[in-house]
Amino acid sequence: MSTLFSKANRQVFTNPLNLDNPITVQILGICSALAVTSQLKPAIVMGLSVTVITAFANVIISLIRKTIPNRIRIIVQLVVVAALVTIVSNILKAYVYDVSVQLSVYVGLIITNCILMGRLEAFAMQNGPWESFLDGIGNGLGYAVILIIVGFVREILGFGTILGLQIIPDSWLLDNGGGYLHNGMMTMPAMALILLACVIWAHRAYNKEIK
Amino acid sequence: MEHFISLFVRSIFVDNMIFAFFLGMCSYLAVSKTVKTSLGLGVAVTFVLLITVPVDYLLQTKVLAADGILGVDLTFLSFILFIAVIAGMVQLVEMIVERFSPSLYAALGIFLPLIAVNCAIMGASLFMQQRINMEPESTQFIGGIGDSLAYALGSGIGWTLAIVGLAAIREKMAYSDVPKPLQGLGITFITVGLMAMAFMCFSGLNL
Repeated sequence: MSTLFSKANRQVFTNPLNLDNPITVQILGICSALAVTSQLKPAIVMGLSVTVITAFANVIISLIRKTIPNRIRIIVQLVVVAALVTIVSNILKAYVYDVSVQLSVYVGLIITNCILMGRLEAFAMQNGPWESFLDGIGNGLGYAVILIIVGFVREILGFGTILGLQIIPDSWLLDNGGGYLHNGMMTMPAMALILLACVIWAHRAYNKEIK
Repeated sequence: MEHFISLFVRSIFVDNMIFAFFLGMCSYLAVSKTVKTSLGLGVAVTFVLLITVPVDYLLQTKVLAADGILGVDLTFLSFILFIAVIAGMVQLVEMIVERFSPSLYAALGIFLPLIAVNCAIMGASLFMQQRINMEPESTQFIGGIGDSLAYALGSGIGWTLAIVGLAAIREKMAYSDVPKPLQGLGITFITVGLMAMAFMCFSGLNL
């Protein structure tokens, strides 16, 4: 067991959560990070789906890495990922239909999510299945954390709710005699970019060693 | 004819791949440092879109759909089939460009094979799949191979417009005084956010 959780393995898992975060440092997988974060629930579901798919795609590619001919490796990787995404997409449709409607095409777009291709190319092609599994979980969670931060801010400022529960009472609103107004801009995609820029700003100001 | 034009104009300005759906952001951010290379990538993306969207349209309606030639509803296989078509087509485009224009091939470098994993290409095919099931009166409806061509061309031009615009701004921005942690990526995100806000004013456009 000691080798399974050795220091190097723990680093493979914890690095992507902070210093090597896929979104804020490696700048991968931005497309879906922006599009699904207008509310917290789809952001969480998306983060979990990407974590599961990255982990299992990493394991599968790592198991067959010695048999893949170099020239067609991208196509092999894409087919493995596409098969996993098809399974996840059907599971989402079966159990959380409303979220899968909200996510619409972005579930299918996990196939072309750069995090997946990046991890498969850079890590799973050179490392064993167990390290690749940890790396996949770590990168998926690093992605999910950023999604959850952005989704949290956008939902509470844009709709006044968290996971659909009302946080800001109706009596505060301007229509009911209060002085508060929901920020409609937050529900728009453009604000997601600016919020993400603020997250990156804070992250880099805190960790000075990141270039 | 009117439907073609409105579909085409809408997909450039209103349903812009970058500013409305954030598709293809990875290469959008990585390649938009100079106007020249970004224009080359934009043209390559448009070209690949022009091939893959109509081919995927034919596959979706003639093979995978319940009333297709196989007679079985296989639409759940669409992800795998679409990505295979895209990866194959990109390989083909790469070979053609290498044969007929070695200079463009050298200029695009690694980004040409990476078009296969550009979300804008896959996204256009998935949106096309959604739009087949829309009301025929809708301006977003895609009901034939001509519609899918117009949509692909519009999306490609919209993507090119967005990347060339950002590259031009970034070239100028090299001379401005940006706070250190915000330099590079952070300020680029804010720029894209402001550009997206500007494009939001097209969303009321009725064609």
